[in-house]
Amino acid sequence: MTEIATGPAVPAVIVNGEPMPLVAATPHTTALDFLRDGGLTGAKEGCAEGECGACCVLVARPPADGSPGTEWTSVNACLVPAASLSGQEVVTAEGLGTPSELHPVQHELARRGGSQCGYCTPGFVCSMAAEYYRADRAPTPSGNGVRPIDAGDNGFDLHALTGNLCRCTGYRPIRDAAYALGRPGADDPFAVRRTTPAPRPEPTRIEADGASFVRPTDLTEALGLLADADATPVAGATDLGVEINLRGTRPRLLIAVDRLEELRDLRWSGDELRIGAGLTLTEIERRLAGRVPVLDQLFWQFASRPIRNGATLGGNLGTGSPIGDSPPVLLALDADVVLVSTTGERQVRLADYFTGYRTSLRRRDELIKEIVVPLPLAPLTAFHKVAKRRYDDISSVAIGFGLDVSDGVVGSARIGLGGVAATPVRAVETEAALTGRQWTQETVDRAAAVLAAEGTPIDDQRSSARYRSAMLGQSLRRLFAESAEVVTS
Amino acid sequence: MSDLSQRPESPVVGETIPHESAALHVTGRALYTDDLTPRTKGLLHAWPVQSPHAHARVTGLRTHAAYAEPGVVRVLTADDVPGLNDSGIRHDEPLFPDEVMYHGQAVCWVLAETAESARRGAGRVEVDYEPLPAVLTIHEAIAADSFQGTAPTARRGDAEAAVARAAHVFEGETEMAGQEHFYLETQASLAEVDDGGQVFVQSSTQHPSETQEVVAHVLGLAGHAVTVQCLRMGGGFGGKEVQANGYAAVAALGATLTGRPVRVRLNRTQDFTMTGKRHGFHATWRAGFDDDGHLLALDTTLTSDGGWSLDLSEAVLARAICHVDNAYWIPDVRIHGRIAKTHKTSQTAFRGFGGPQGMLVLEDIFGRCAPLLGIDPIDLRRRNFYAEGQETPYGQPVRHADRAATAWDQVLATAEVADRSAEVAHFNATHEHTKRALAMTPVKFGISFNLTALNQAGALVHVYKDGSVLINHGGTEMGQGLHTKMLQVAATSLGVPLAKVRLAPTRTDKVPNTSATAASSGSDLNGGAIKNACEQIGARLAEVDGGRGLPWEKLVGEAYLARVPLFAAGYYRTEGLHWDATVFQGSPFKYFAYGVAAAEVEVDGFTGAYRTRRVDIVHDVGDSLSPLVDLGQIEGGFVQGVGWLTLEDLRWDVSPDGEHRGRLTTRAASTYKLPSFAEMPEDFRVAMLEQAHEEGAVYGSKAVGEPPLMLAFSVREALRQACAAFGPAGISVELASPATPEAVYWALDGARNAVAHEPAGA
Repeated sequence: MTEIATGPAVPAVIVNGEPMPLVAATPHTTALDFLRDGGLTGAKEGCAEGECGACCVLVARPPADGSPGTEWTSVNACLVPAASLSGQEVVTAEGLGTPSELHPVQHELARRGGSQCGYCTPGFVCSMAAEYYRADRAPTPSGNGVRPIDAGDNGFDLHALTGNLCRCTGYRPIRDAAYALGRPGADDPFAVRRTTPAPRPEPTRIEADGASFVRPTDLTEALGLLADADATPVAGATDLGVEINLRGTRPRLLIAVDRLEELRDLRWSGDELRIGAGLTLTEIERRLAGRVPVLDQLFWQFASRPIRNGATLGGNLGTGSPIGDSPPVLLALDADVVLVSTTGERQVRLADYFTGYRTSLRRRDELIKEIVVPLPLAPLTAFHKVAKRRYDDISSVAIGFGLDVSDGVVGSARIGLGGVAATPVRAVETEAALTGRQWTQETVDRAAAVLAAEGTPIDDQRSSARYRSAMLGQSLRRLFAESAEVVTS
Repeated sequence: MSDLSQRPESPVVGETIPHESAALHVTGRALYTDDLTPRTKGLLHAWPVQSPHAHARVTGLRTHAAYAEPGVVRVLTADDVPGLNDSGIRHDEPLFPDEVMYHGQAVCWVLAETAESARRGAGRVEVDYEPLPAVLTIHEAIAADSFQGTAPTARRGDAEAAVARAAHVFEGETEMAGQEHFYLETQASLAEVDDGGQVFVQSSTQHPSETQEVVAHVLGLAGHAVTVQCLRMGGGFGGKEVQANGYAAVAALGATLTGRPVRVRLNRTQDFTMTGKRHGFHATWRAGFDDDGHLLALDTTLTSDGGWSLDLSEAVLARAICHVDNAYWIPDVRIHGRIAKTHKTSQTAFRGFGGPQGMLVLEDIFGRCAPLLGIDPIDLRRRNFYAEGQETPYGQPVRHADRAATAWDQVLATAEVADRSAEVAHFNATHEHTKRALAMTPVKFGISFNLTALNQAGALVHVYKDGSVLINHGGTEMGQGLHTKMLQVAATSLGVPLAKVRLAPTRTDKVPNTSATAASSGSDLNGGAIKNACEQIGARLAEVDGGRGLPWEKLVGEAYLARVPLFAAGYYRTEGLHWDATVFQGSPFKYFAYGVAAAEVEVDGFTGAYRTRRVDIVHDVGDSLSPLVDLGQIEGGFVQGVGWLTLEDLRWDVSPDGEHRGRLTTRAASTYKLPSFAEMPEDFRVAMLEQAHEEGAVYGSKAVGEPPLMLAFSVREALRQACAAFGPAGISVELASPATPEAVYWALDGARNAVAHEPAGA
């Protein structure tokens, strides 16, 4: 078996209030296997790729909006390396309550028929508890007809549960349980825990099976490691975890970059917005608070809440996937990428960044530090995602629009496309077909035909090439129709 | 009322209670088979070596390199099998094959100290293959004349002549995809051998007795040397009716050879690529209608995609043939069925068991023909309902035929179908890019195993001296709430509070020779058996009591001292069934379950994406044994049906010369999408049919596991109608199944570009 490496104290994760030593964990051991091997078998493996949520557990994190204290965050334990949780606090369904003293979330699910086979239930419990404890969850005024369709009167955001799949119930009783939840009591220990700081990231080094997991203390150490060895940076592991679980990938050196302060800044200046590449999508969403509308359209469509609690823009750009959902939007926003290494920083245009299928300008010794969005934002923006399932699916095609339409004329147009080529691409011919033209149905129809011919979409299990092409053209028509509705209403 | 169906005063059945394990589920304490892994010392992990070909001869197998992998203990091959090398009871499924019949089939298994070592070891096993031609699709199978099993026909009258005579004749083809079970808990088994050589297998199986039988024949042991236990399953849906058996046998074989506990647990990719699915079907049909839209005759041939082995395909096909009629009278009818043999996973039971596939054919015909007949689809369906006294195509009288009409009328009223249809029409007239539709469909589903012999069950009831009760029965719990209902049945029958009764996990050494928990029959059969056991005990206790009315505990104590046995084995068999499979005639079903659904959808004309705005259901569960459980079955079955019909899209690589021909390309949760919250009807209203007592089942109840799945046809038909609304009136819309957003887009795009009314009788 495996021995842990350095330091006098055995690294451990605080699970349900008790330290659980990371003795048998290798750099590739998932948090889920770690918990289950330790006898906490409540969390389950349903898919091993963060799609079903049966593995969800709660992690004590600093609040996503940057405020002080602690936030209970639901994460996919099947993706997160156990080693990355060294020194962190984890709560599982077992820790929330017992059969004789059910947690309010457990109570509502149990009594309303929210479990049938029960296999997905511990994961649902954790995702639901995270939303139950969300500090800014507030009752939504009912009766005025403006309550979002996916939220309860109690302010429960149903999107908190879209990363959890249930094959038995059809979801209605789970939704009703969520919408029946009250506020946590004043003496609720998990509510009280929110008022004190979350555990700080703990420098970690775990070596086993000829591989290492390192959580460096700062960016300098991280870059030094990257410069010296063939290392794989890992943040939320929402992509890497899938590679490890399903494709047998076993990176020799994993470097945790998700808690590096230097990658976690978000700031506005006069002519640009800088977003740290190590912030999770949830953190970006909460800190932007709607100030970039097209990103608000992106977030909920990007993936489920537990995935967004891990996924970062750095990761989404770093993998170079042609079907990542952030590149089309960031291309439409004309964003730049800041790359950093031991030799310094460089800023490149995102439009130039992707060089081929899963390749980019980023050298192996570089990290993505931040994404720079020029201001002011284009006035007409949109993100359209075409997929089989509305929640938590991978795009067949994704389209980001950034248009400047004034006095009925398209001043400029930036259109980013995903899923139609080996890399995310700009629809340059469509942009040209729009720029300088009247924003009319006629222009749109002509440009839609151009857009439908952009890229080289393929047939695969998600959709046909023909559908992908059709969706490109339809996307522009939809943008026009919706912008016309805005104008007329 | 019959003795079987009559309820005593203040029965525990009928009370609304949560699932018996709900508190364990929500606290993560409910144990599933693989949760035993960290609780079992010295356990070995198994990993399969999977074929990269859809069809190939295994010409060489070298395992020595695997043994070089640290931690590898044993590689299991055909040479290790002391008994019969077969994972089924029809003996057409080699457990360790020398000819692989589908992409992903396990050739051999590696046992190791850790799952990681087993995985690496499996990667080092060397297998030589001689690739052979593979048949993949139903169309390829038909062209190659590749079929298996029987090819029965149900007939009444002269369908061909009656179709030819009809005023309106339509013909077409209907094709529907299969469905992955995607039970959240993948296949899992854990086997141990005790000091006496007794093999104990913990298995996530719907059919412990058959798992026992297969393990015994693989090991060359008698049935009494093998015990199978199923704690509970994290979902089954038919996928563990027979498909669990092979994995249990691998674990048991490993345990007997190594003397150590062995765990087989498929990961999701393995489960996708190795286990059978719902059968896809293809149908050709000719249908004749009169001017009023009465279906006069139907002549159809169904071809199911059975995959590489027979499995349950014949029984699935039988149920499909028996459900083409759904709730509709067809005077002259011929339904022929056959099973294609393809180089894919062996398709198997899945909730509905062919019934949904059979029904889809006629629902598709109504949906396509209604506009051509110029009759509103709601009226067209209603006009063709069975009347009391009519018989199904296989000759069974349709008892309680009026219940479909009652439920239909109730939905029409409570769902305000007329008013809402007008609202839909107004909405469509005022929205160019978005269309809505409201559709209604009925369900009539036959309850009992088609094969009469399977309709029997046993139970064991113990009353302890302190008055507590322990029950055991042959049914398995997969989330459907069977155990909850059985506790209620026992408490009702003994006249004790629910808290007095406990239920122990299903084991073959408690109740032998059980049938699968399947065909929605779990409560009917096992409930009958438990009630029988309780009544035996109750009769003995009544004698002891002698009319004194003693409290339960005191009575039990006295009975013990009087040397009265306080335990009993119960038995039940369903009476009145008969079935002649050779002529496809008889009364195979004890009764029919009925239901009606109305669904309203909204379709986006830009993408084909859609939402289900509202669903109203009235469903017949008889007198409910457990209303919360039944509600869960109705809602959950409905959404699972919606998944099959709209979202879940199995794809294989069928490229003629592709390197990966035969590979399942949707092999993960990321590529095969289950319904999520988005597919839940936004407004979901379910009612149970009132005055629905069923004489022929325990405490007047009806089976509920499968029938509600088919209520989802309402969503498919609504999608079809919404697509039609993008075009001119009167056009027939063909909609692929599953109706994914892409399929809906092409359907609505076709409607949008349609210009002319197609003539009736095309």
